[in-house]
Amino acid sequence: MPHDHHNHLSPSGHPFRADNDHPLSYWQTMEIAVRELLIEKGVTTAAEIARQIDAMDNRTPANGAAVVARAWTDPDFRAALQHDASVATSEMGFDIGPMKLIAVENTADLHNIVVCTLCSCYPRNLLGLPPDWYKSRAYRSRTVREPRRVLAEFGVTLPETTQIRVHDSTADMRYVVIPARPDGTDGWSTDDLAHLVTRDSMVGTGLPKSPDALA
Amino acid sequence: MPRMGSRVRVRNDMPPGHIRTPAYLRGKCGVIERTLGPFANPEELAYRHSGAPLALHRVRFTMAEVWGAAAEIPTDTIEAEIYAHWLEPADAA
Repeated sequence: MPHDHHNHLSPSGHPFRADNDHPLSYWQTMEIAVRELLIEKGVTTAAEIARQIDAMDNRTPANGAAVVARAWTDPDFRAALQHDASVATSEMGFDIGPMKLIAVENTADLHNIVVCTLCSCYPRNLLGLPPDWYKSRAYRSRTVREPRRVLAEFGVTLPETTQIRVHDSTADMRYVVIPARPDGTDGWSTDDLAHLVTRDSMVGTGLPKSPDALA
Repeated sequence: MPRMGSRVRVRNDMPPGHIRTPAYLRGKCGVIERTLGPFANPEELAYRHSGAPLALHRVRFTMAEVWGAAAEIPTDTIEAEIYAHWLEPADAA
């Protein structure tokens, strides 16, 4: 009896999620009203809005991984990225629009981690939409105060000799972390290297995968 | 205008409005890491004014400066973007 939920548990043993049929909030109503007015007055069209949503959903951390892998293998590109990351990534087809991008490199002595304490600024052109935790009050308030504890919760423990540098994305810049290239990847192709680059490693809450992960 | 490497203090003010200077950094001293911009002043943009162009400084603070004895490791650092009108020379009273 697949539709008989009398015990409130799914076949996997988890409770069924409550139906999302509560009334619209004030802001949801306003968003719908403004969207409908813009369409009605010919400022935009439903198709344009759908295309923009598609474009947002189609940006994934694979964009950022391609940038990182190229930085690991192409010294000229790496220099261009350090000089002006907005231009360097736009030339790869990952246009950042009106925002500006800074790429920060991890080394043996320095680990970078990105947060936006004021809201949820995120390099969406390279990483897509931010994960929920990035927007949470806990991540935003704790990362500037106790980054090592936050990193430990992500499974990253760094020696005290590695300086942690927190980037608070407070204004017009966006940040992407270029993690250090994993050992044991000499001679790897850019495409293979990109498979080692995780979203979290580009936010700074993680490290790239070990080469054994692809073996 | 402060230059790269200059020591600066973030103004310790709490004005109302749309402010992009985090409260936890107000009154704290740091060093200019690089200067960007000019960008339109977001405090004015938020109220639909055109926004005067301002230099945007990336300022590097030590955890010791920001959190005092509560810092995990005093020499770890925080960098944030602070608009020029929020900064004063670190030797100002």
